[in-house]
Amino acid sequence: MPYIDLKNVTYTYPLVKEPCIKDISVSIEKGKFYAIVGANGSGKTTLCNIIRGFIPGFYQGEIEGTVELEGKSLEEYTLGELTSKIGYVFQNPFNQITGARDNVYEEIAYGLENLGVEVPTIRKKVEEVMELTNTAYLADKNPFELSGGQQQRVAFASVLALEPDIFVIDEPTSQLDPKETERVFDIIDKMKKMGKTIILVEHKIELIAEYADDIIALEDGRVVKFGEKHDVLSDLSLIEKGIDLPQTVLLADELRKMGIPAKEKIITKQEMIGQLKQIMGK
Amino acid sequence: MAFIEFNHVGFAYPNGFSAVEDVDFQIEKGENIAIVGQNGAGKTTTVKMMNGLLKPTSGTVIIDGKDTRNFTTAALSRKAGYVFQNPDDQIFHNTVRQEIEFGPHVLGYDKEKVKELTEYSAKLAGLSDEMEENPYNLPLSIRKFVTIASVVAMDTDIIILDEPTAGQDIRGIATLQDMIRELKQKGKTIITITHDMEFVVNNFDKVFVMAHKNLLKITNPKEVFSDSALLDESMLKRPYISELVLQLGLPKNIISRKELVDYICAPV
Repeated sequence: MPYIDLKNVTYTYPLVKEPCIKDISVSIEKGKFYAIVGANGSGKTTLCNIIRGFIPGFYQGEIEGTVELEGKSLEEYTLGELTSKIGYVFQNPFNQITGARDNVYEEIAYGLENLGVEVPTIRKKVEEVMELTNTAYLADKNPFELSGGQQQRVAFASVLALEPDIFVIDEPTSQLDPKETERVFDIIDKMKKMGKTIILVEHKIELIAEYADDIIALEDGRVVKFGEKHDVLSDLSLIEKGIDLPQTVLLADELRKMGIPAKEKIITKQEMIGQLKQIMGK
Repeated sequence: MAFIEFNHVGFAYPNGFSAVEDVDFQIEKGENIAIVGQNGAGKTTTVKMMNGLLKPTSGTVIIDGKDTRNFTTAALSRKAGYVFQNPDDQIFHNTVRQEIEFGPHVLGYDKEKVKELTEYSAKLAGLSDEMEENPYNLPLSIRKFVTIASVVAMDTDIIILDEPTAGQDIRGIATLQDMIRELKQKGKTIITITHDMEFVVNNFDKVFVMAHKNLLKITNPKEVFSDSALLDESMLKRPYISELVLQLGLPKNIISRKELVDYICAPV
């Protein structure tokens, strides 16, 4: 049985004519890392909001088809049940930080406090997730005085503290520098190793190629390709659909055009290094 | 005298926090420059001193012969347009058209000219079909183009873009590249802060590397990405192809796909 199952989902926002999501059917397995890719405006964030049950509830609008989590329709879950199962990390951490607490430690503890968790347990969990996200050294700082990358790690920590099984993460690195971007991917990788199911929207295609398992490629509200990352990311036709492909795939294609027999479906750096060593007879 | 001159420039906030220590450079009219470096290196503070949003607390900034300390930000904005990193810090009108019109209107251009500049920059930014839309109904990546168009419409000699590549998809990057090419041809001086090293390799000949609140080096993409010590000190990420080349032990001056393909295909 699929973990999260979308069947023929079509969704239209209020006051607009054309659906933003068109007849999407996707099955998500537990413990896998999915990346959603597509041009801006292709429906990535809307799809995230459907998966986390925020659509249609919060935004209203018209939804057709079914969305199930563990065999049960999302509509049958209360908001509280859903938020304990699915954690959401915003694109801009500024939108996630509550502003209700003036230091990082309490900010991370805030969700657990609201759930009435006992203090010793809160302390244990907060310290665990601070370790995981490398935020312990920020414990006494005001969340709003941190850099964007530090804020994003605090946002991850505050969601991790609630221990959801599923993480929906919307472009977490779009405003970060390369070093902070790597740190965020490192956290996501640790989450995957903890057995979490991850659904990530991201444009940095080389990082997706390294870390993700499966890819959902969207164009204009439809799934144009869905499957194992090597199969999806080596499909050169995706470029015309506004989807970037890894440098390795483009390089292999250019080599083939020059008559050099580079293999298809090379998407990671190590795969490409192996291939180039072979080609150059090293 | 150079078009833009920074003479031992430093900037410290009133609370004493220093963001830029001692930056010294000249930029000639029509040059196009990428500024790279980690967050906190002093990039944004440096460019904000070019249009008077910030005034140096030590040294002098001279724009087209004018010491910025003697002119208001409004006066300097006629010379240098700055596109904020976060579009939401900049946008304040209800439609894309009003937002873009605002700059040239305030600069005192007549109606015809305002219309011409507005439509030209909207077209360049790919916004012609969104003119009556509220900017906040558009995705963040498109709002960034609204702010770029608003500054381009002011027709300033200097255009400063602060992380225009953040969150852009491949079409957005292509639009940006076309814009920069066109503005270069018009003789504009374009200064771009970016973390996207592929974007640097593909669009800029001159690179300022910043780290620890200072300008470490003025160089070009080839030199930056083959200088390991400089990359380590500034904590810059190499372009993807440079990383491959390094791990394979190939010549370090190969930084683009085309160069790598040519190298592999070259007869030994």
